[in-house]
Amino acid sequence: MRHLLDFQGWNRPEVESLLDTARVMREVLERPVKKVPALQGFTVATVFFEPSTRTRISFELAARRMSADVVSFAAQTSSLQKGESYKDTLLTLEAMGVDAYVIRADSAGVPHQATRWVKGAVINGGDGRRAHPTQALLDAYTLLEALGTLEGKKVAIVGDILHSRVARSNAELLPLLGAQVFCAGPPSLLPQSLPGVHLTPHLEEALEEADAVMVLRLQKERMEAGLVHLEDYIARYQVTERRLARAKPQAPLLHPGPMNRDVELEGGLADSARSLVNRQVQNGVAVRMAVLYHLLVGREKA
Amino acid sequence: MILIRNVRLVDARGERGPADVLIGEGRILSLEGGEAKQVVDGTGCFLAPGFLDLHAHLREPGEEVKEDLFSGLLAAVRGGYTDLVSMPNTKPPVDTPEAVRALKEKAKALGLARLHPAAALTLGQEGKHLAPAGLLREAGAVLLTDDGRTNEDAGVLAAGLLMAAPLGLPVAVHAEDAGLRRNGVMNDGPLADLLGLPGNPPEAEAARIARDLEVLRYALRRSQATPRLHVQHLSTKRGLELLREAKRAGLPVTAEATPHHLTLTEEALKAFDPLFKVAPPLRTREDQEALVEGLLDGTLDAIATDHAPHTLAEKEMDLLRAPFGIPSLEVAFPLLYTELHLKRGFPLPRLVALFTDGPRQVLGLPPLHLEEGAEASLVLLSPKERPVDPRAFASKARYSPWAGWVLGGWPVLTLVAGRIVHEALK
Repeated sequence: MRHLLDFQGWNRPEVESLLDTARVMREVLERPVKKVPALQGFTVATVFFEPSTRTRISFELAARRMSADVVSFAAQTSSLQKGESYKDTLLTLEAMGVDAYVIRADSAGVPHQATRWVKGAVINGGDGRRAHPTQALLDAYTLLEALGTLEGKKVAIVGDILHSRVARSNAELLPLLGAQVFCAGPPSLLPQSLPGVHLTPHLEEALEEADAVMVLRLQKERMEAGLVHLEDYIARYQVTERRLARAKPQAPLLHPGPMNRDVELEGGLADSARSLVNRQVQNGVAVRMAVLYHLLVGREKA
Repeated sequence: MILIRNVRLVDARGERGPADVLIGEGRILSLEGGEAKQVVDGTGCFLAPGFLDLHAHLREPGEEVKEDLFSGLLAAVRGGYTDLVSMPNTKPPVDTPEAVRALKEKAKALGLARLHPAAALTLGQEGKHLAPAGLLREAGAVLLTDDGRTNEDAGVLAAGLLMAAPLGLPVAVHAEDAGLRRNGVMNDGPLADLLGLPGNPPEAEAARIARDLEVLRYALRRSQATPRLHVQHLSTKRGLELLREAKRAGLPVTAEATPHHLTLTEEALKAFDPLFKVAPPLRTREDQEALVEGLLDGTLDAIATDHAPHTLAEKEMDLLRAPFGIPSLEVAFPLLYTELHLKRGFPLPRLVALFTDGPRQVLGLPPLHLEEGAEASLVLLSPKERPVDPRAFASKARYSPWAGWVLGGWPVLTLVAGRIVHEALK
């Protein structure tokens, strides 16, 4: 693995090897001194052309826990404001000796484009609607912790599927681990098709006997574009205690954050026993440590 | 006097020869040889009437960093074009007679391909108030269009068709429903869903063509002269079907297809390269097959480039922000000669017609054939194959979706009314 862009062309052993490493990293994070020298001498850049505090902090913490040097580029406070292109920004960082780039952008494909410009490893930190592979990895990791296996498990993903990179990456990754993925959302927010995934406008169909439920954030832009009415969405697609009764008892609940309480999810559910939201955040650091390790150390050995 | 010896002749009427073509006083003097100072050996090559491009963006005035009249018209003659229609979506748009005259005069002084400016249908191409069609025609505009934008107000388009009709000017439309198209950057469908890119659905084109055909019916009913609608860069099977029906019903409508829609599909977007970002978007294999059918059965009248140069830096932006457009003046004929004629047996005279008489007819120009007395606007085409090398382009857009494709049919000599404007014989 030279880059982590999406899961096209990935196989199960590759994913499992990455998740095994993440388990080791998770143990490191339990120690009183949460730091290992694995990436000493490497430089990781977080290059966020689209702002995202949570993902950036998670990656930076992951890199620092492994003793890498971290530089951080944020669109709002940078030369991008002066009209510098993504390509020139990356070439400048390359000239400074960066080994790995975590790239976030609002357009699908920017990390793919970056691999044509820089020699270092590229990690997709979320590109448009396209992919958010480390989010899917941390979701898979969290689900495996809770369920033991994903083989034959039914995972429901609920919300704005059309515009969601989290849904797309989970739709690629979870079936690789044996899960059945059902995506439910309002018809105007569903894609025509996603390979290997059941798409449905009926929330009940997705929740029925589900082993786990992942709830996506509903963005304000969708209402502004006239694609859905907020109250209609809440009435028909909000995941509530009552609707969750269709799922398996104590089926875990995931949310990639940031959350709109009482929009996509009934307020109190996020804090209930079945919610794994905090666990997701913790596992995110471990999974990102594993990705950086595989890309930087794996690449050295190759 | 120029003599092109032992050359095969191809025009819309067919293929014949070899002949010895004698050129003088701007005309074809003889097809049976004669004395000349300059003799060109045409062995193995074929000679065709000069090409006419109905749809090129030369960016002057205002965006000379992308292209200007010199680079664009030089690219044109290298591509075998002797005549070219420039789109009016410059900065500012070409919506005054002065602007049309300025373009014509400057292009004439360059002595490359002949420029036939298209002018804006509406002031500022804003789709709200008609531009002065009659004055624009007097100044030399050959076509009216708001290309680059879509005509959202059907009433204004109808008025434009009515005004243009007695002037003999076709009105060309970029037929896409803006609401359905939204912010789409590639063909809508399973691949766009997979790639996470906003889709521009084929129905956006079909819906707008259907509407515009009704607008044309309205104008036809209301007008003494014949209003003529020209549909630009057709990309979908459904759009083609609508046009075929309309033509069968006798509506005065013409249409063009581009080299990129005829040789590339949405699959190209898999590499996330904005070089392939174009409007309307690259479609599916099925759409492409339908377009080829349309070229054969006459539903399509012309192959037009929609040559749309941008700077490389712009085309290296992300897929949401990079501008739409593909430059193709220098490769259009070799591309279709190779991909359609050589690889698929598409008849050569029909292909040549789509670059010559087809587009000429759209503008109301008489056919141009290889015969004694005809204007010597000609292109000599060599079957010798070589790869596309964008670094050698005359266009300022030195990149290409077809870089590295090995093509034959390259123009090695282009003459405008008997004058050599491009020569790559050796």
